[in-house]
Amino acid sequence: MKSKTALPGVPLMNKVTCVLVIAAYAVLQFMQTRGMLSASLRGMLVPICAYVVMAVSLNLTVGILGELSLGHAGFMSVGAFTGTAAAMALQDLIPLAPVRLALAMILAAAFAGAAGFLIGIPVLRLNGDYLAIVTLAFGEIIKAVVNNLYVGIDSAGIHMSLLNDNTHLLPGGKLLIQGPMGIGGIQKISTFTAGFVLVLLTLVIIFNLVSSRAGRAIMSIRDNRIAAESVGVNVVKYKMMAFVTSAAMAGAAGALFAMNYSTIVANKFDFNLSILVLVFVVLGGLGNLLGSVIAAAALTILPEALRQFYDYRMLVYAIVLILVMLITNSPAVKALYGRRFSGKEEA
Amino acid sequence: MTMVNHLINGLSLGSVYAIIALGYTMVYGIAKMLNFAHGDVIMVGAYICFYAVNQYQLPPVLGILAAVLVCTALGVVVERLAYKPLRAASSLAVLITAIGVSYFLQNAALLLWSANPKVFPLFFTSTRINEAGERVVVRNLEIGPLSVSYVAVVTVAACIVIMLALTWFTGRTKLGKAMRACSEDKGAAQLMGIDVDATISVTFAIGSGLAAIAGVLLCNMYQNLVPTTGSMPGIKAFTAAVFGGIGSIPGAFLGGMLLGILEIFAKAYISTQLSDAVVFSALIIVLLVKPTGLLGRPVREKV
Amino acid sequence: MSKLVPVPSGSMVPERDAGKHPILECVDLGITFGGLKAVEDFNIMIGPTEISGLIGPNGAGKTTVFNLLTKVYQPTRGTILLDGRDTHGMNTMQVSRAGIARTFQNIRLFNNLSVEDNVKVAMDANMKYSMWSGIFRLPRYWQEERSARERALELLSLFSMEKLAGVKAGSLPYGAQRRLEIVRALATHPSLLLLDEPAAGMNPSETAELMENIRKVRDTLQIAILLIEHDMNLVMNICEGICVLNFGRIIAKGTPAEIQSNPAVIEAYLGKQG
Repeated sequence: MKSKTALPGVPLMNKVTCVLVIAAYAVLQFMQTRGMLSASLRGMLVPICAYVVMAVSLNLTVGILGELSLGHAGFMSVGAFTGTAAAMALQDLIPLAPVRLALAMILAAAFAGAAGFLIGIPVLRLNGDYLAIVTLAFGEIIKAVVNNLYVGIDSAGIHMSLLNDNTHLLPGGKLLIQGPMGIGGIQKISTFTAGFVLVLLTLVIIFNLVSSRAGRAIMSIRDNRIAAESVGVNVVKYKMMAFVTSAAMAGAAGALFAMNYSTIVANKFDFNLSILVLVFVVLGGLGNLLGSVIAAAALTILPEALRQFYDYRMLVYAIVLILVMLITNSPAVKALYGRRFSGKEEA
Repeated sequence: MTMVNHLINGLSLGSVYAIIALGYTMVYGIAKMLNFAHGDVIMVGAYICFYAVNQYQLPPVLGILAAVLVCTALGVVVERLAYKPLRAASSLAVLITAIGVSYFLQNAALLLWSANPKVFPLFFTSTRINEAGERVVVRNLEIGPLSVSYVAVVTVAACIVIMLALTWFTGRTKLGKAMRACSEDKGAAQLMGIDVDATISVTFAIGSGLAAIAGVLLCNMYQNLVPTTGSMPGIKAFTAAVFGGIGSIPGAFLGGMLLGILEIFAKAYISTQLSDAVVFSALIIVLLVKPTGLLGRPVREKV
Repeated sequence: MSKLVPVPSGSMVPERDAGKHPILECVDLGITFGGLKAVEDFNIMIGPTEISGLIGPNGAGKTTVFNLLTKVYQPTRGTILLDGRDTHGMNTMQVSRAGIARTFQNIRLFNNLSVEDNVKVAMDANMKYSMWSGIFRLPRYWQEERSARERALELLSLFSMEKLAGVKAGSLPYGAQRRLEIVRALATHPSLLLLDEPAAGMNPSETAELMENIRKVRDTLQIAILLIEHDMNLVMNICEGICVLNFGRIIAKGTPAEIQSNPAVIEAYLGKQG
């Protein structure tokens, strides 16, 4: 018997989110082929997709697991560098760009997920403020390490060194990652379509994860850790699951993002970027994925559209961050929306 | 001798961290919040002092005083406007707000004072007449083979005085005792007739005033002032506070000193670029091995 | 109500449980908080279908005993045997999986999850489908989710709550929240259920209904129940064995009738008479 009627179907909000994302892609793609998009907007399509994936994946940690991660850019960095380096190394082996990009993103996700797992082992033993500050510390450590990392490839294999270029490549070898200079000469193989596919995939994975036993367990930890433990929920396992999934998606986003430019450097993925993504998440609503999508897209386009206010952008973000927190936590608003701002009502 | 010099530099940097960490630890102890913006108050203090001395030609003492006054007021205002409404909110909400305040201060500073680095004037120097009969500025005190900068001496001394004063204040004065009562149990303190809101305000005032002093001392050491000057020392000072045991005044002092020494030694013997990574690794190890810090008390969650 | 009979260790269990292994046995259990002995020399034995009560004045250490049994606090000394198995070294999650479920004095629900999901979370330890089955909606996902839903509704119906399945737990009225906590605890398949002041804040008719429900749970699921309660009417009515705690120590054990006439208990509650 395959009757699925006994189960609550796909939540309406999830369907709406996916339909809106597909519609936005269709419209933008149509406008792009008709030459109706300005050059600056065209150049932003891929970064928007990357930021959307960053915001949605961070929402898994902050909104759904309920732990503040301040090092999300670190995972993006890991993905950007491994993905791009892999794509460059595979350039001759796989001439087909979309396949190479897909493979690079999968590798990026795997590496970032592995980094998330390693970092998660110590981090997830902590809670609250301490967890947040340690993710920040790891973000900074990743930046410092990547900034001093030299990776090259030659016929003998992959060579790595820290601080100075001691890779001693054989003739014909290629230095892929050059410390503070990052990666140069990248083939721009990221496309809007690839970005769209990644966004949709990310959304579907998180939606399905959330409405399975894993999602329930993750949210139960957020709502009451002690009660979750007392009913037999494996808190460490589920925290890790959320954290690693989130990191892996950030890694894929990093690869997508990096291969939209000809050079990338580690300093691009700093604390400010982590905060920027956090602003998207908070503004879109904690736990509200559609909110994250809209906030990430809007806040990436708006500053470009309002160039004259560019200097004030970060100041405005800061004020918005504070105001959103004050308003959503004011007793009056809480009474209006129930006990916690679940975010659903804003969308 | 270089080793001893590194140690002295470490103690001096550690003293700055300790002064910032004292503010952090007091605020954390009483408001149970990680005031992420604490580091940026340092930067504001440094700018106020810079403009007071460079633009308005005030003597350094008045410059420092101005910085302390402005930062004290800033701390109180920020607490009232941004943190007080969130006393019943989740720690996640409070932390995000504090990050917002930190960002606000940095970007306001960027607009007000621009991103161009300011060269901070030296306050702690002596002069002597050189062979050519000219007066030259001397930054270091020569003691035998050792060369110790005046600012290092002043910083370490300031830190010790501040630590002792705070210990006396929280242990002996009525207000200090009220602070300790509030950090134990705000509800009970209120029932005992303590004005909790006022006490928290005073704590923020003291913490922010100390941040201003730390800012001036820090900029006397590195002489480079930009809107993000405070953020890294702020985070490191939090590390120091955690290291020593958050909420503990001697702990903040000890943690700051150890962290300063660690950072200078990492710079000298490992790598300048990776020194921050070393410091943050230390934080992670401490949190895992002894989350309550060296001198902290264990906390038990009520069920 | 069955009468208590002695078992080899010297404790008492209900007559029908005699000859069976006790579900819970605590030997010299104790915990010290920075020099303060919060619970000391706690010895108790509970039969596999017994309803027993843990009573005592405020601050006597009753909830601490629950926290020790569920390993929210690690005992500083003594042994806890659950169905003959030493729980030494287990954490809260492992104890729950071994068969102890509890409710909390200050309600701890998953406020943003629906009533149904609150119950399903408690079934997680007994569910098997992988993260990937969930993400890709493989057949296992549908199978297990369907049976989880059926069982959740079945358990909710024990407390007539099946109609509230879709409501957010945080927006339930107080009494329903207390009932949901019990249902959630039952969803873990416990062999011992710990109820921390289940009747707190309830009016007499709600309390009467609760008493019926507690008996019904024991009769249908055949499990042991240990409850902390201040409502003496409830305790004396449904508990077969009662243990009285004062200043962290057991001052009396026995049947409701024995406890009611025990001078040490009267003194603990009312102070020294005349």
